[in-house]
Amino acid sequence: MATGTNTMIKDTILKVEHLSMKFGGLMAINDFSFEAKRGEITALIGPNGAGKTTVFNCITGFYKPTMGMLTLKRSNGKEFLLERLRDFEINKVAGVSRTFQNIRLFSGLTVLENLLVAQHNVLMKASGYTILGLLGLPAYKTAAKEAIEKATYWLEKADLIDRADDPAGDLSYGAQRRLEIARAMCTGPELLCLDEPAAGLNPKESLTLNALLRGIRDEGTSLLLIEHDMSVVMEISDHVVVLEYGQKISDGTPDHVKNDPKVIAAYLGVEDEEVEQIEEQLDHGTVEGGTV
Amino acid sequence: MANVSVNVQEDVMAKAVKEGAIAGIIAFLMFLVFVGIETYQDINNQLVWRTRWGLLAVFVIVAAVGRFITVGFIKPHLDKRKLAKAKTGVLEISEEKSFFHKHFLKIALVFLLCYPFLAMMIFGRQGSLKYVDNFGIQILIYVMLAWGLNIVVGLAGLLDLGYVAFYAVGAYSYALLSSYFGFSFWLLLPMAGILAALWGVILGFPVLRLRGDYLAIVTLAFGEIIRLVLINWTDVTRGTFGVSGIAKASFFGIWSFDVGAANNFNKAWGLPSSSVYYKMFLFYIILALCMLTAYVTIRLRRMPIGRAWEALREDEIACRSLGINTVTTKLTAFATGAMFGGFAGSFFAARQGFVSPESFVFLESAVILAIVVLGGMGSLTGIAIAAVVMVGGTELLREMEFLKHIFGPDFTPELYRMLLFGLAMVIVMLFKPRGFVGTREPTAFLKTRKAVSGSFTKEGHG
Repeated sequence: MATGTNTMIKDTILKVEHLSMKFGGLMAINDFSFEAKRGEITALIGPNGAGKTTVFNCITGFYKPTMGMLTLKRSNGKEFLLERLRDFEINKVAGVSRTFQNIRLFSGLTVLENLLVAQHNVLMKASGYTILGLLGLPAYKTAAKEAIEKATYWLEKADLIDRADDPAGDLSYGAQRRLEIARAMCTGPELLCLDEPAAGLNPKESLTLNALLRGIRDEGTSLLLIEHDMSVVMEISDHVVVLEYGQKISDGTPDHVKNDPKVIAAYLGVEDEEVEQIEEQLDHGTVEGGTV
Repeated sequence: MANVSVNVQEDVMAKAVKEGAIAGIIAFLMFLVFVGIETYQDINNQLVWRTRWGLLAVFVIVAAVGRFITVGFIKPHLDKRKLAKAKTGVLEISEEKSFFHKHFLKIALVFLLCYPFLAMMIFGRQGSLKYVDNFGIQILIYVMLAWGLNIVVGLAGLLDLGYVAFYAVGAYSYALLSSYFGFSFWLLLPMAGILAALWGVILGFPVLRLRGDYLAIVTLAFGEIIRLVLINWTDVTRGTFGVSGIAKASFFGIWSFDVGAANNFNKAWGLPSSSVYYKMFLFYIILALCMLTAYVTIRLRRMPIGRAWEALREDEIACRSLGINTVTTKLTAFATGAMFGGFAGSFFAARQGFVSPESFVFLESAVILAIVVLGGMGSLTGIAIAAVVMVGGTELLREMEFLKHIFGPDFTPELYRMLLFGLAMVIVMLFKPRGFVGTREPTAFLKTRKAVSGSFTKEGHG
């Protein structure tokens, strides 16, 4: 759990400063800043429509933010301004990979092939941008073998090794989620962004997911995740950021956030007594569609 | 028990009669105006009408009897067979493949290598010309074109309706460079491929940010632009007259196939003077080019670039999230496909000895695309079969002289080939919506190589 992490001084991997995103007249994110530490699991939570996925899309290059600065620091000390990189470079150069809320697998490719596609850039270099590989040079063959080994490693981690040769579209929903995470990990990222990884999973699958994510963190990859499932968030995250209407309302350890009255009011709901009180009032017809 | 089955039998018959009658009534109502009544102009140029009850009766009877037989006999028979199979526990799809099925590719290759000699043995020297040239070479050109387009459409999922443009670039590259500068076929063959690939990149750059229907429209426009340039740039291309007298391909510069040349192939080998040897030579060239295309495609599929193409077809956004540069990936697919189109084009020019913009109309693109779709996108075997069916079928219809005896001397089967063709395609697509070979071979495997069912693969969104 998150005890004692604050006392340790950790390096920042991702720094989001004054991020704003405007869609036409709608301010989806308004002056949002937070930091994600290296080797931690940072969770981004908030009610529906708070702008979590928009933040994600800005970080992973699918949107260009209207304002703000996204700095990613790699372990070798190099810093990248994510908003200036092209979409595919965010993964290739900056080492940020992501999964999607609605799973995006290559469903007609086998599970193994999905993981090999993820190692595209490494393999491209090894195959001499295809030309040397076409000639059948040994350098590519060893690289291809290594790629399969890496894929096998992640297949075992994600408990998918028995399904390696099946089409990805044939997997169950939970397995597809795990495969998407394994695929993202095969790109060798330093920061893994997960968009609602536990959505649609049953409690048992949710538990295995927790173990998988902790394993990924313990191997040195930092995680940033959006999640609705509070059991997942409170269980595994080291640091929680709460977003509402595009603005940050709370930031801290899970325990801190859990007890923050603002968060309780906005996201986790109001206390039971208050609910009962309002329900009573509703029964008597004294409240007419008032804001809660 | 017997009583029950008799009852069932009677029920089926009653149903068949009823459905047959309904079909007859529907047919009557539908065809009453279209077939039963005919309008024509009389001598005074007045539009008058007359009835064709006999013909209408034929239509109605065919519909009614057809429905009756289908419901009364064919359907129960099929059901019974299915039931019997289910009882014995035989799977519909047997896992065991026959010898022919397993070694299909080897058998096909051996057959193709022997084909010109077989044709010569069976039909004689002059008789085989038609089989080697019209069937053999013609089909193989389309096989090569379709395999080239398969890289763009089948693997990368980019709908290209202007593929014939690259074919034209290849053909005119050879035609013009050989007639203006006298370069040989063997130099110009790779050059035509490179030029076509270059044009693929030039077209690709502005176009590939478009997706789906928009990409299709722009590639279609590009195909037309190339054709219009060829028509209107008369100083260089001689417009609609085309370029004629294009040099023949030589036997690697050692022997020539020109009749007057000193190192004439036929003379050197003591063969009788006939164009059939040149055609045979061309047959082997195009066969080798096809094999090259297949080999490169198979190798590329196992390369990271080939996997990226297929991944692009499945999900472009996921590709970007994995650090794949989608623009260069699309461009390489376009350029590689165009290159094979260029090879085929230069071969075409050498074979015909004449090129004109007439050969590069949109219909050609459509036929090539139809072959790819009919064969099963991404499958080389399926596409080759589809090319044989479509191109060979077209050629075969030209041969159907006997149809004249049935439909009268005015009947020209060539005119109906497109109609039959369309009908055949609709039927094939109804029964095999994913093409002849709908499954996909995985490019890598851990334990067993299992074909991926067509229901999982996507067609791509441009």
